[in-house]
Amino acid sequence: MSSFLVITIIVVYLAVIFYVAYWAEKNSKSVWVNNPYVYALSLAVYCTAWTYYGSVGLAATSGLKFLAIYVGPIIIIPTWVILMRKIIRISKGNKISSIADFISLRYGNSRFLGALVTLVCVLAIVPYISLQLKAISETFNVITNHNIETNSIINDTTFYIAILLAVFAAFFGTQNTDASERHKGIITAVAVESIIKLVFFLVIGVYVTYYLFNGPSDIYTQASSLPNFEIQQKINGIEGGFNWFFLSMLSMIAIMLLPRQFQVTVVENEREKYLKKVTWLFPLYLLLFNIFVIFIAWGGNIVFQNKQVNADFFTLMLPLQNGHEFLALLVFLGGFSAAISMVVLSTLALSTMLSNNLIIPYGFLSKFSRGESEKNTESIKSIRRFSIFSLIIVAYFFYKFFTLNRSLVSIGLISFVLIAQLAPSFFGGLFWRRGSSKGAKYGIIIGFLITVYTLVIPFTIDAQSISTSFISEGLFELNYLKPYQLFGLNIFEPVPHAFFWSIFFNILIYVLVSVNTIGTSRERNFAEMFVDNNKYASLHEDAYIWKGEAYVQDIKKVLTRFLGEDRTERALNLFNMKYNINKSTRVADARLVNFSEKLLTGSIGSASARILISSVVKEDEISLPEVLKILDETQKAKESNVELKERDKQKDEFLDTVAHELKTPITSIRALSEILLDDEEIDKEIKHKFLTSIVSESERVSRLINNILDLEKLATGKEKLDLIEHSVKETIERTIGTVKQLSVNNKVNLNANGVVDFKVEFDEDRIQQVLINLLSNAIKFANSEKGEVYISTKIDDTEIYICVEDNGKGIVTEDLNSIFNKFYQSKNQTRLKPIGSGLGLAISKQIIESHKGKIWAENIKPNGAKLTFTLPIKHENYEENIDS
Amino acid sequence: MRKILIVDDEPNIVMSLEYIFKKENFEVFIARDGAEAIEIAEDELPDIVVLDIMMPNVDGYQVLNHFKSHSSLENVKVIFLSAKNKLSDIELGMQLGADKYMTKPFSTKKLVKEVKQLLA
Repeated sequence: MSSFLVITIIVVYLAVIFYVAYWAEKNSKSVWVNNPYVYALSLAVYCTAWTYYGSVGLAATSGLKFLAIYVGPIIIIPTWVILMRKIIRISKGNKISSIADFISLRYGNSRFLGALVTLVCVLAIVPYISLQLKAISETFNVITNHNIETNSIINDTTFYIAILLAVFAAFFGTQNTDASERHKGIITAVAVESIIKLVFFLVIGVYVTYYLFNGPSDIYTQASSLPNFEIQQKINGIEGGFNWFFLSMLSMIAIMLLPRQFQVTVVENEREKYLKKVTWLFPLYLLLFNIFVIFIAWGGNIVFQNKQVNADFFTLMLPLQNGHEFLALLVFLGGFSAAISMVVLSTLALSTMLSNNLIIPYGFLSKFSRGESEKNTESIKSIRRFSIFSLIIVAYFFYKFFTLNRSLVSIGLISFVLIAQLAPSFFGGLFWRRGSSKGAKYGIIIGFLITVYTLVIPFTIDAQSISTSFISEGLFELNYLKPYQLFGLNIFEPVPHAFFWSIFFNILIYVLVSVNTIGTSRERNFAEMFVDNNKYASLHEDAYIWKGEAYVQDIKKVLTRFLGEDRTERALNLFNMKYNINKSTRVADARLVNFSEKLLTGSIGSASARILISSVVKEDEISLPEVLKILDETQKAKESNVELKERDKQKDEFLDTVAHELKTPITSIRALSEILLDDEEIDKEIKHKFLTSIVSESERVSRLINNILDLEKLATGKEKLDLIEHSVKETIERTIGTVKQLSVNNKVNLNANGVVDFKVEFDEDRIQQVLINLLSNAIKFANSEKGEVYISTKIDDTEIYICVEDNGKGIVTEDLNSIFNKFYQSKNQTRLKPIGSGLGLAISKQIIESHKGKIWAENIKPNGAKLTFTLPIKHENYEENIDS
Repeated sequence: MRKILIVDDEPNIVMSLEYIFKKENFEVFIARDGAEAIEIAEDELPDIVVLDIMMPNVDGYQVLNHFKSHSSLENVKVIFLSAKNKLSDIELGMQLGADKYMTKPFSTKKLVKEVKQLLA
């Protein structure tokens, strides 16, 4: 295929992706952007070009080993409903924007830790980005049948693609200075690309399995006759099992801690409940992606058995070999999608870390603390953009000038092992209070150095074909320092080996140092907040203990420099409202200090936020036991408060509604009376109409007052029920007598044929009140042409059921329960207000419940509503009734 | 003739307001809920609206928001007339851009005076 054509297609494709991102950014409220499917699909950024090409390559040479990378995530993801929810809650609560911020905050806003995590991530991920660029460039060469490597950058298509990706990431990634905000444009684009790469991969899978061959069994039969087949498909005993185990562990960590995964899963999470969809959707995605890998690999081995073809590119070569260029182009675009979404999201995540955890806290704080808000936000954005471009350009040169001859999989795995060094301090910090900042620092450093020694150095030596005895004989020719067999451990392959030793020492150091050092009180405060997240989440700003002297004005000044006057003013207003603080308060408290730190964290990272705020406040030393004591007390006070507040709130709401309901008729009465008073020439007819209204509104007021008193009496149990045995039938008949006139007026037919005679104990006045209420409602809502109301009873062992049915429109399903609430008025009611206080059903419910019965509403077919209440039957009564 | 739109779901309140403003020579339009209020306002472009807050479906706040986000209705004067009398309710009403907030029960004379003042 001509390179011109392919380049055109790439440009068109990129334009479409840009447009998707642009559209999503513009329509950020649309359901197309905000739904669990987009979220789950964006997680599939896990599947990079490595998955697309490398899995097949690995499968072709080592059988099922490629699966280990997907088994880990599939095992761990179901636990996310609990585990990831905790991480997301902590992150959202503290405006955390990256994994570096997360670790730095957990260990007491440690600036050094934030920077260290950032460095580890950059060193791990930049080569990984290079790998994606390499995949783009090589597959481009394969598809255009271009064999000459260009050394000049000017002629290299990949360079321009890299620049375009940087523009994309910089444009859509820095719309907002607050990096903890979501980037809906990028995420939607990535979700779209996830669909594309999966579909195209499935297409090539089906093509190879069913078009080139006659289904899986055909491929299997042919492949099994190839030499080495048996060896490749085995796990290889206990040693192989260990390798598998550690590779799966490694990928479990990677799916959570890779910067781009943390970005999509945590930072870009819109709602916690999306996680539920992810637990099945994402494993399903991974399974689909892997179904055909082994068949493509076997197919490639069969077709190219005597030719020198790089197994990584079987997916492209198979269709090309058979002259299906268009199909190969689809595969190329799928791989291209996989590569660019990884590049964009990784650079976005890394640039946030670089700016918020390295560049700003170490270089720009003093500048920012003097600058204007507009200038500051512009500088922050510029730093991020600069980081994005530098990362991509460095990655490009890394790819260009280091011969990355090794397979796609191996570099990816080195990244995984480096990132895994963050796991002990990350997970330790989540579940272990004692985990300390020092422990985390030393653990990460040691783990990192061991990985460099056992993996990065020997790998580089291999890749650059440097001749040295380092690998075969160890450092200083000491046998137990052989990088691939450290301390004589020789059952592992290099990657699981490096993972094993680095994590082993990392954990060891982390635990030992943590146990032997006492962290600062600040560290322990955050430890409590992270580990016992559920307990402290409800405390919000109260969860942070701080003693000292600070002035609102000073803090405000700092905030203004980053957020601008308007946003600062708005944020502080909200804060004052939340805690009921007077606007003119001059002295700041711990809550404001904590709140302000959080506000800044999204823009400049947690360590910088802490440094800036503490520059304007005078902090007192506070001892660790004191922190724990205060936290405990606040927590307890809060718990008992919540209950009281809830009761208070309900009472307030009730009083508000009562006041409103009373004011309404009084308003009419006053307005109408004033008119009558002022206007002496008023028309006689109108005068009559107004006076009638005044009378009926007055009646409404007294009815309301009576009802409220009634309800109060019943609810507090002040009124004793007059429980005497009565005949249900007689009571019903008596009630029908009182509503007869109403039914005649409304032309409704009342039918009580379904009532049986039965004696139970009840307060007759009260039950009549309930019956009147139900019957008059039924008459009111029955069919206006041919109204029917039907009363019936039913008896079982313990209860008698009394049902009132009408043939009206029925009740809107969502209202079936709420109609019994006080002052409930359906949202879907007709415009004309029903006559009544809005308390009838609430009172009925109260009466029935005092009788230890139940009341509920349901709809019946074909149309109408049915309200039923029950009264309990005493057992001796039951026998008596049956006998008589 | 100047046009006034009365929005309230209480028939007797509507009746009294209709009488008062007819007497003051206004062309009176009536809406019984927020949705209807928006519809009538768009058709009739009233000079002033007397607006209740607590109504089914679309409430008074939403009606005012709709006005403020549509250039044709942006300059219509709006008086909130509501039983909600907490300071925070009144502040919210004014922040949304109402010209006046009066609480129920109200004095008819004062309401007429305010309406005239706003239109002067």
